[in-house]
Amino acid sequence: MKPPPFEYHAPAAIEEACGLLGSLEDAKVLAGGQSLVPLLNFRLARPAHLVDINRIGGLDRIYERDGGVAIQALARQAAVEDSELVARVCPLLTAAVGLVAHRVIRNRGTVCGSLAHADPASELPAVLLALGGHVVARSKRGERVIQANRLFQGVMETALAPDELLVEAWFPSSPAPFAIVEESRRHGDFALAGVVRAADRLALFGVAPTPVLADPRDPTKGLRPSGDLEATPEFRLHLVRVLIEKAFAA
Amino acid sequence: MTTRWFGARVQRVEDDRLLRGHGRFTDDIDDGALESCIVRSPFAHARIRSIDVTAARAMPGVAAVYTAADLPFGQTDLPILIPHPNLTHGRTQRCLASEVVRYVGEAVVFVVAESRSVAEDAAELVQVEYEPLPVVITPESAALAEHLVHDDVPGNVAAELIQEAGAVEAALAASPRRKSLHFRFERGAACPMEGRAVWARWSAAEHRLTVYDSTQSPTSIRGGLAVLFGLPESNVEVIAPDVGGGFGPKIMLFYPDELLVPFAALKLGRPVKWTEDRQEHFTAVNQERGQVHEVEVGFDDDGKLIALDVDFIHDGGAYTPYGIILPIITAAQVPGPYRVPNYRVRFRDVYTNATPTSPYRGAGRPHACFVMERTLDAIAAELGLDRTEVRRRNLIEPDQFPYEVGVVWQDGNQVVYDSGDYPALVERALEMLGPRPEGDHIGMGLSPYVEGTGVGPYEGAHVQVLVSGKVVAATGIPNQGQGHATVWAQIVADQLGVDVSDVEVSSGDTRRFQWGVGTFASRAAIMAGNAMAVAAGMVAEKAKHIAAEHLEADPADLELAGGRVRVKGSPDRGIPLAAVAVLSNPMRYAFGGGTEAATQFAAKPRPGPPLLEGERPGLEATGYFSPVGSAWAAGCHAAYVRVDPKTYRLEILKYVVVHDCGRLINPLVVEGQIEGGVAQGIGGAFYERLAYDDEGQLRNASFMEFLMPYATEIPAIEIDHIETPSPLNPLGIKGAGEAGVIPVGAVLASAIEEATGVPITEMPLSPLKLFELVRAQS
Amino acid sequence: MRINGVVHAAPVDPRRLLSDHLRHDLGLTGTHVGCEHGVCGCCTVLLDGAPVRSCLMLAVQAEGHEVTTIEGLAADGAPLHPVQQAFHECQGLQCGFCTPGFVMSVVGLLAQHPNPTAQQVDEGISGNLCRCTGYASIRRAVVRAAELSPSPRRGAISESSSSSPLRAQGRGEGGTKK
Repeated sequence: MKPPPFEYHAPAAIEEACGLLGSLEDAKVLAGGQSLVPLLNFRLARPAHLVDINRIGGLDRIYERDGGVAIQALARQAAVEDSELVARVCPLLTAAVGLVAHRVIRNRGTVCGSLAHADPASELPAVLLALGGHVVARSKRGERVIQANRLFQGVMETALAPDELLVEAWFPSSPAPFAIVEESRRHGDFALAGVVRAADRLALFGVAPTPVLADPRDPTKGLRPSGDLEATPEFRLHLVRVLIEKAFAA
Repeated sequence: MTTRWFGARVQRVEDDRLLRGHGRFTDDIDDGALESCIVRSPFAHARIRSIDVTAARAMPGVAAVYTAADLPFGQTDLPILIPHPNLTHGRTQRCLASEVVRYVGEAVVFVVAESRSVAEDAAELVQVEYEPLPVVITPESAALAEHLVHDDVPGNVAAELIQEAGAVEAALAASPRRKSLHFRFERGAACPMEGRAVWARWSAAEHRLTVYDSTQSPTSIRGGLAVLFGLPESNVEVIAPDVGGGFGPKIMLFYPDELLVPFAALKLGRPVKWTEDRQEHFTAVNQERGQVHEVEVGFDDDGKLIALDVDFIHDGGAYTPYGIILPIITAAQVPGPYRVPNYRVRFRDVYTNATPTSPYRGAGRPHACFVMERTLDAIAAELGLDRTEVRRRNLIEPDQFPYEVGVVWQDGNQVVYDSGDYPALVERALEMLGPRPEGDHIGMGLSPYVEGTGVGPYEGAHVQVLVSGKVVAATGIPNQGQGHATVWAQIVADQLGVDVSDVEVSSGDTRRFQWGVGTFASRAAIMAGNAMAVAAGMVAEKAKHIAAEHLEADPADLELAGGRVRVKGSPDRGIPLAAVAVLSNPMRYAFGGGTEAATQFAAKPRPGPPLLEGERPGLEATGYFSPVGSAWAAGCHAAYVRVDPKTYRLEILKYVVVHDCGRLINPLVVEGQIEGGVAQGIGGAFYERLAYDDEGQLRNASFMEFLMPYATEIPAIEIDHIETPSPLNPLGIKGAGEAGVIPVGAVLASAIEEATGVPITEMPLSPLKLFELVRAQS
Repeated sequence: MRINGVVHAAPVDPRRLLSDHLRHDLGLTGTHVGCEHGVCGCCTVLLDGAPVRSCLMLAVQAEGHEVTTIEGLAADGAPLHPVQQAFHECQGLQCGFCTPGFVMSVVGLLAQHPNPTAQQVDEGISGNLCRCTGYASIRRAVVRAAELSPSPRRGAISESSSSSPLRAQGRGEGGTKK
């Protein structure tokens, strides 16, 4: 389980990174690496080029803007978890980050990386969706904002173009009451199903190819979850209903 | 002999090195070795049409690529390790397949290169043309035999064995009550944290093959390599260095790499190493636990067992290198701690297109325990009796030992329980469990069990007192974390009157001790422990005789204590053990360290030649222990659990263990074994499963999807001990290595059944499984 | 990159994993490899004082950073680090394969929570797999390690290691030092 060969690039600035992504065929961004490196080790991912953005300075800020909190590309999940600013402005995000895997993974993993990776069973995309946040994508062609409800397109698929770098995620302040509940087999595992509640907005994860906004009056309408080893579609539906109940109970 | 150390909670002598990161596991050894990887079959059953390694061989950095055609032993079937007359259709694989592959993961090509990365790159260039064949994956479909795993094995049956004690047919017919039950166990895996690894060097100058192997039996590997390569055994050395967990799959021999790596070292004139990765571990390393049971039980209105008829299929996998030990163990252990007046058991060991099976901690005993315990629970349910009361009514009583069960054991002897007190175990477990917690959806489970431990043929030990006064000891069997170095040191230290820290133990190194069998089946303490006691005892006797000559005393009046040999009652009259070691070797040339005392002009204690006939120089001895039969350990586990009625999550509220392994050498070590065993049992009952699909593909070959429990999933457990010494060995000990895992499935099944109201007849469970069972019931 | 206080050059091959670089290029075999997909924790080392999976980092990514491995906690012959000592006292290891990963994770855990609650202990060690101990003795070792560790208010242990393994991960706001 050793990575296949690739060309390695370690740009020192965003412009350089965007230049590389814009000119290289078959390149992947390496940030935290907690999702990508396992795929490389299994040889399930075989990019010709790896663009390691970890050397870009000044890209790890967590700061307040527009009534919410902005998380830059290299801000580690652990830093977000420990951030007093985030705890004050968006405690839902603080709670959610604490559920991502284990602390040791969060020491390297990034919030933006988790959003770009778009695993349907992960927490942070659902939080972004529930809050109605957005991400900022940069490329040689310029910068654009992608709203949460446009970002997630399918299983591990986002609206990001191959030459775009996700440089910042913006989370609005979390309203009260809020809750994030998930059910997983072991502590830190990917969720079998999960629910994010932000006042009267509801986002579900683990039950569709992307996180989905649900109508609290009929939350599982139209849901057709997939099955895997630990949960059939029926069990997923059952679990998500149980979790929705919990999210609204507290 | 003092018993200062035996029974004491001595902290481990092994720890410092391991804690500092100075352990020496097989992959830690480089020494300029080439690295390697194995190309494995992606199909569960296929004919091989062609193998093309040209592109792989041409890749820069590749030293060699081997197929079966390149091996002198390429057409030789690997050995059947444990032949048996009923294994009428035993089949083993070849080192590298070239005609047919019969399980995903079967080895086909061996690539040796400068690094593992390059070897994996080259492996991708190997082209094998497969023609897929029909796949047989479940034991049930194997028994139906619509398709054959081996063309020349009718019905897919490798072996069939029927045993009967009493007259079951008649007894069943005469029973006031009867029940039929069906139980099913899916495959499970041991998954030690260190995968398998082999390192080998051939020294042409010394004509010597040296192999490091993460194995549970270096002596067997050494013997096999000597035969295979036509070398004298004395020119082959095999060492199991630090081994990161074994749990059974590493007692399996000879994995293809154990032959390929030494072969490549011989051919290439450079050391070669192979370390598996976790992904290949899942299909390349032997598995276990697959069985399907049909049970017919006859009983009376008091819940007393009258007759038990068990018919089961054992999932042997694609080949049977380990013979039929596993189903023999299951068959022998079903009666457990109970009186079963009439017992018949039939098993068929069937082939499937999956990884071969061989022992994994418990080795067939967990199934046996589950079958008997669930049967007793069913009897209790039918009669409206308390589940524990039904057990009490059937337990073998303390005055019934030795107790003959009437079936054969894995050492070829009859099953005879040597000693025990099963009712005491049950009562103590109940006492520790205490009252039921408040709340809904709570269930209780309780399961006593027995465990046959300490099979032969033998183990040996060498003990020597050095001229410095330090003691070195060696045994042939290796350790995988069980604290052997501490435990053997305790035994030797007691015999020699020294401190545990003065005894250094070597294990699993054929250079230090070349005879022995291996570490498996809860036998190490009994076998090597007793051998250590024998050897150390002989050293103590010799020390007394030598000291007696110099002290002008009678050896019977001497004792060993505080590092000296001294007169009992006159502790000032004595000589240091170090000095005795010097005196034991008559010398011409002193070399310091007090050795002048043994030279020819020093005072002679007696006339005659310096070494009398039959005497040997040195304060050392080699001793062996060979048992007449297994020592039967026992125990009882009990638990309260809660099953969340909505998520079906399992919460273990309390888990208690009472354990009897005879006389305890080191309770700390035993408790560690139990805690680890229980954790594996919980994992195997509720988290881990090997999810094969119909095509024989393992769908969860990674730690992300094969769910081994973390600390958050394992509760604290309470442990107490009862000691019923074994009369079958001088130290009175019984084995302890597997005990923790044996009854866990039975305990949890019983508790979960009570908590949820659904009958539990299979393992493993999961929230999904419970959800489906509850829905099916309503 | 600095490994246990000593400067080393990065490997030439960018696909060399940090775990393999430590073990086979630098001979620091105390860090073990159990899965190479970040689940088992055997490969855990400290990166600038915080536990990370060395099997999920390319060795080149450690350039400019400080890596502490198990060998860096206590010099040869020097007394064991409090976490190591606690594991010994509480029988927190059997085969020793997962142990370096646990010890490094616990060093990080105690830096974050010097007096962890039972839940913090469980969650703190839940990223590491052990197949031998059943975790009970490891839990006890963490509690004991907290007792043996000097209070952070009195300053970090210096002893023999120059890379201050008890220094906590930096707080999130603002930039990191570059």
